[in-house]
Amino acid sequence: MPLDLTEPADPSSTQREGLWTLNFGPQHPATHTTLRLILTLDGEQVVDVEPDIGFLHSGFEKLGEVLDFNQYVTIVDRMNYISPMANEIAWHHAVEEMLGIELTPRTKCIRTIFAELMRIHDHLLCLGTCVLDLGGATAFFYAFNEREKIYDICERASGQRFHTSYTRVGGLLYDVTDDWVRMVQEFLRTFPKAYADVQKLVMKNRIFIERTRDVGYLSKEAAINGGATGPVARASGVERDLRRDEPYLLYDDLDFDVICSTAGDCYARFHVRVLEIAESLKIITQAIARLPSGPVYAEGTGKEAMPDKREVYQSIEGLIHHFESIMPNRQPAGPKEELYSATESPNGELGYYLVSDGSYRAYRARTRPPSLIHFSLFPSMMRGYMLSDVVAVLGSLNIIAAELDR
Amino acid sequence: MKELPAEIDYWLRSKLPAAQVSSSSFRGQSRVCVDRPNIWESLRALRDDAGFDMLFELTAVDYLEYEGARDRFGIVYGLLSIDTGKRLIVKTFVNEPDLVLPTVTDLWKSADWMEREVYDMFGIVFTGHPNLKRLLLPTEFTSFPLRKDYPVKGRGERHNFPIITRAES
Repeated sequence: MPLDLTEPADPSSTQREGLWTLNFGPQHPATHTTLRLILTLDGEQVVDVEPDIGFLHSGFEKLGEVLDFNQYVTIVDRMNYISPMANEIAWHHAVEEMLGIELTPRTKCIRTIFAELMRIHDHLLCLGTCVLDLGGATAFFYAFNEREKIYDICERASGQRFHTSYTRVGGLLYDVTDDWVRMVQEFLRTFPKAYADVQKLVMKNRIFIERTRDVGYLSKEAAINGGATGPVARASGVERDLRRDEPYLLYDDLDFDVICSTAGDCYARFHVRVLEIAESLKIITQAIARLPSGPVYAEGTGKEAMPDKREVYQSIEGLIHHFESIMPNRQPAGPKEELYSATESPNGELGYYLVSDGSYRAYRARTRPPSLIHFSLFPSMMRGYMLSDVVAVLGSLNIIAAELDR
Repeated sequence: MKELPAEIDYWLRSKLPAAQVSSSSFRGQSRVCVDRPNIWESLRALRDDAGFDMLFELTAVDYLEYEGARDRFGIVYGLLSIDTGKRLIVKTFVNEPDLVLPTVTDLWKSADWMEREVYDMFGIVFTGHPNLKRLLLPTEFTSFPLRKDYPVKGRGERHNFPIITRAES
């Protein structure tokens, strides 16, 4: 039989002959958690991708309608468990905006430090594991060594390493100690060396560059139209960072740069993340130097914020106040309103659409997860690239399936 | 850069005289409600003529148990103008049995999965959506769990899974 050398009419068609289907996941080392891709391939070239998600769906948003504002923080922790404190800060930021609570300067400062520690935490994982998936194990250990130190800092403040549940409406679970401040200062002193090691190991690694440069291109128009935020959007040239554009916590007073790139490929996304770590260090250094003293719970805002523990144990008013903020039939009423509030989480814009019916729990607590939006862009970023690029693009988006499925 | 109109509800009424538009604001966040027949046209006008180039949020709220609510489902569109950094929440309402809305995937690509999620959780159908099927729940699931009449404990879907023993497999 003679060979037919004519080109197919439309190379992007998924119906032509000779294509094959490959199942990627749900259990695959590079998905890190549980997500599935159905790849349609022409040889090794990706023609189409169909993501299949929902393996980790656990009804978090439904639970948000049952638990009160303080209880639900334990659930938001488990969404993006790579940077749990960032979720807590975003959730209570929304609640406090709804209830109209102004935080104390000390709480603002502590939350800012934790938000930036979480950014370092998240970016180190994104970088370390993606390099591991691409075949280089060394940087992974350097990155995870530093992540352990951040876990220690979390443990010192909240008693928990992983799911800290540290924030409360209008305050924090505990005040931090001088010991904690020393730990953060020690981290700031030792981290730059490890950071330089990771940066050199990854960003100047020829194999890594060849695996990620000009792969998974996302144009600026596609990023805006597709709703991309955070490092993914900034790597495509969208100059937007909620820390600068809609400042919350202390960010208005601190000096930092918004890192952008115009390349839009995987390498640019990693590069933005790496440089953001340096900006986070700058922010923490400024914030820890000006850590004010004072109470952590907001006062004079009615009964929305919980009282300080010392007050609870030493005065009858404090005990009554504590009782009223815990008992469901005694809790203070919020406004009958709805509101969207977002913070810049390490992965992008993490927002909550909060509907309150006047009680102390949310009527609807919708999470806007950055992972979901970024993963919906994945098929369009993948078409035309090779099978081996799937892992690189997936890693550069930093998809966290628990946040994706909620 | 396109100028964002200050009075967004007057601006929308002038663009779409037939539409019923009301506006409100809470903690500095501006919101407009548009009636259902004009929602797609309003969103298109906001995208093309007012510079709202990003749809950052699309979700629904079930107002079944909400005190004083007149409509069952509220659909929330969150729009953002990258140039000016302004946000706008656009809302519309749908009621049973006619839970149908036109899709906005032709305006913003980000609506794709968010509309699928709303369909998955609330059962609201978006006509014209290229791939409207369940996103998070299994395809054989029959309920819409984020509706207020769905119990938090579920309706036994999980407990009634067929269990295969080692001997049967």
